[in-house]
Amino acid sequence: MDEEKILTEEPEEPVPEEAAAEAESALNEALNEEEAPAPELTEREKRRAARKAEKEHRNLVSPKKKNQWKAWLYLLPALAILAVFTVWPIINTVRISFLEDYNFLTQKGGEVSFAVNFNNFSNVVHYRGFLTCMGNTMLLTVITVPVSTMLALLIAVGLNSIKWLKKVFQTIFFLPYVTNAIAIGMVFKAMFEIIGPVNSPNSVGIINTIIKAFGGNAVNWVNEGSSYWANMAVLMFFIVWNALPFKILVLLGGLQNVNKQYYDAAKVDGTSRFRVFWRITVPLLSPMIAYVVITGFIGGFKEYTSIIGIFDESLMGPPGSIGKPLNTMVGYIYGTINNNQGRASAAALILFAVIFVVTMINLYVSKKKVHY
Amino acid sequence: MANQLLARASVGKPAIIVAAVLAVLILGMIVACVVIICRRSADARRKTKKFIAKFFLYLFLSVMALVVLFPFYWMLISSLKTVSEYELAVPTFWPKTFKWDNFALAFTGNLHLGRLFLNTVIVGVVSTILSLIITVLSAYAFAKMEFKGKNILFGAMLATMMIPGELFTVTNYITVSQMKWTGNGLGGMGGWLALIVPFLVSVFYIYLLRQNFMQIPNELYLAAKVDGTSDLKYLWRVMIPLSSPTLISITILKMMGAWNSYIWPNLVARDLNHRLVTVGLRGEAFFDEILNKTNMPAQMAAVVLVTIPLLIVFLIFRKYIVRGVSRSGIKG
Repeated sequence: MDEEKILTEEPEEPVPEEAAAEAESALNEALNEEEAPAPELTEREKRRAARKAEKEHRNLVSPKKKNQWKAWLYLLPALAILAVFTVWPIINTVRISFLEDYNFLTQKGGEVSFAVNFNNFSNVVHYRGFLTCMGNTMLLTVITVPVSTMLALLIAVGLNSIKWLKKVFQTIFFLPYVTNAIAIGMVFKAMFEIIGPVNSPNSVGIINTIIKAFGGNAVNWVNEGSSYWANMAVLMFFIVWNALPFKILVLLGGLQNVNKQYYDAAKVDGTSRFRVFWRITVPLLSPMIAYVVITGFIGGFKEYTSIIGIFDESLMGPPGSIGKPLNTMVGYIYGTINNNQGRASAAALILFAVIFVVTMINLYVSKKKVHY
Repeated sequence: MANQLLARASVGKPAIIVAAVLAVLILGMIVACVVIICRRSADARRKTKKFIAKFFLYLFLSVMALVVLFPFYWMLISSLKTVSEYELAVPTFWPKTFKWDNFALAFTGNLHLGRLFLNTVIVGVVSTILSLIITVLSAYAFAKMEFKGKNILFGAMLATMMIPGELFTVTNYITVSQMKWTGNGLGGMGGWLALIVPFLVSVFYIYLLRQNFMQIPNELYLAAKVDGTSDLKYLWRVMIPLSSPTLISITILKMMGAWNSYIWPNLVARDLNHRLVTVGLRGEAFFDEILNKTNMPAQMAAVVLVTIPLLIVFLIFRKYIVRGVSRSGIKG
C-alpha cells in the first residue's frame, strides 16, 4: 500500500493527503451549498463540484483508476482502426450478404435498393462453379494436410536424433517459409512445364527429364490440355513443399521438450524404434500434432495464392481451360468481389462456417485422442 | 542414384564434377563406417546396426533437403541461361554461358522492378513503423494499466483472430473504394492509404507484446515513478529495450508480409505508382514480342531478385523469425 502512495507522487497528481483534504472540502462545500444555496452558484456548478469531490474520493480509494482515460488514449489508434476495418466489416458483411446481388457501385449511382432475402446464399450454393471450388478446396486440404504432417513428423524426429549437420538441415528445411508463394509457384511451373509440343526437340521440363531418366514417360503436367489430376498433383506437391517448414518447426520444438526419461525407459526394455515412435513419440507429441493439423486445415481452406503462382489468375487452370477448373473457395470470393459484393459476402460467410465446423470437429477429435 | 541420373542426362563437365563430389561424399561415409566398426570391435555388431540406421536417416534427410533446395537451384541456373539454352531438349544443370543481361532486363523491361521495389519498401517501412507504435501503445495499456472492461475488450479482440480475413476483405474493399483510396485516388495518396491502413493493427502482435510486457516486474515501474519518470518515458527507456527481441520479430514478420502480400494489393493498387513486387511479378511483363512467348530466363531473374532478399534477411535474423513464427501459425 505504501508503494502505491509513492506511485501517486507524480507532479500532476495530488498527494493523497492533499487530495483527501481537497475532496473533503469540496464535498463539504457541495453539502453546504445544498443546505444553504448561495445565489451566485448555479445548479450546474454545484453538480460539477459534487462530481469532482466524488472523483477525488474514488482516486483516493484506488489510485490506479485515475489512469483510465490514459489507457483509452493509448488504445485509441488501435481501436479506431479496428472499428473501421474489423468491427464494421463483420457487421456489414453479414448485412450485405442478405441483400440480393448487392453492388456498391450501382447503389452509389442511383436509388437502387436490393431485395432482402437468402438468395445470395442459395445462388452461391447452387452455382456449379462454387461446388467445383468447394470440391477442389476439400481435396487439396484432405490430401495435403495428412501428407505434410506425416513428412514433417518424420523429418522432425530425424532432426531431433542427430547432432552432426543438424543446424544446416534445420536452416534448409525452413527456407520455403521465407519465400514468396507466387514467385516460387512460378519456379514450380517452370520446372513442370513442357516447352513446345511433347516429343519435339524442345525441352520437356526438368521434372519430366528426371522421370525419363528413371525410365518413365513424360507427363503433361501444366500445359494446355493437361488433365485435372496432373494439375492437382503439381498443386499438392507445391502446397506440401510450402507447408513443411512451419510444421517441422512446431514439431521439433515439441520434441525438444519431451522428457528423455521415456526414451531411456524404452531403451532398457529393448523396445523397437518403430514401437518407440508410435507408442512414445506420437502420443507425447499429440498436442503439437493437433495444433499443426488444425492450423493446416484452416490454411488449406484458404488456399489461393499457391494456385495463382502456378496457373493463370483469370483462368485458374491450365492454358485454354474454361470455367476455372482449379478454383478454390477463396478464389470464388475474389472472383465475385468486383461486381457482386452481396454474393461475395455470402460466400465468405459460408467459408467461415465451413472453417468453423471443421475446426470444431478437429478440436473434438483431438480432445478424444490427444494425450496431455 | 544422382550419378546415374546425371550420366543418363549426358550433360556437360560441371555436372560430372557435381556427380564426382557426390560419389566422393558417399565413399567417404562408407570408409568412416568401416573405421568406426574396426575401432570398437567389442560391440561392433550393435554399432554397425546403429550406424546403418544413422546412414539411412541422413540419406532420408539429404533427399528431403534436396527436394526442398531443388526449386531454388533451378530458379538460379534458369535465370542465368540464354533463351535457347533454356529450351534445350536435355536441360543443362549448369549454364554454358552466364547471361547476366537477364537481371538487367528485369530492371529495364516492362516490369519496372526498380519502381516496384521502391513501392514495396515504402509500404513495408511505413506500415511497420506505424504498426509498431500502435502495437506498443496498446500492449502497454493491456499489460500495465487498469481500466473498466479491459478483459472483455482484450477477449473480444482475440476472438476476431478466429474469423478468416476474406470476411473482412469484402467490406474493406467497399470502404476503401468509397473513400477513393484505390489506385491514384486522393492525388496519389489513396493507393498508399489502402495498402497501409487496413493492416496496421494486428491483434496477434498486440497479444505477443502484451505477454512480454507482463513479464517485466512492476517494481521497475515503481522505481521509475520514484525518480519522477513519466509513463511515456518509462515505456521508451525501459519497456521497449527490455522487449526488443519481440519487437524485432514483429518488424521482420511485418516487412516480410509487405514483401509477399498479393491478394489485397492486387485488388486495390494495380497501377504502376503503387504496384508491389508480387503483383507485378505475376503479370505479363516478360512477354517477348519477337519470340512470341514469355522470356522465361528473364522472368526467373526477376523471381531470383524477389526471393534472394528474403533469404538473406532470414539467414541474418533466423532466430527472431523462428521465434515469431513458432508462436503464430500465420504466414507473413
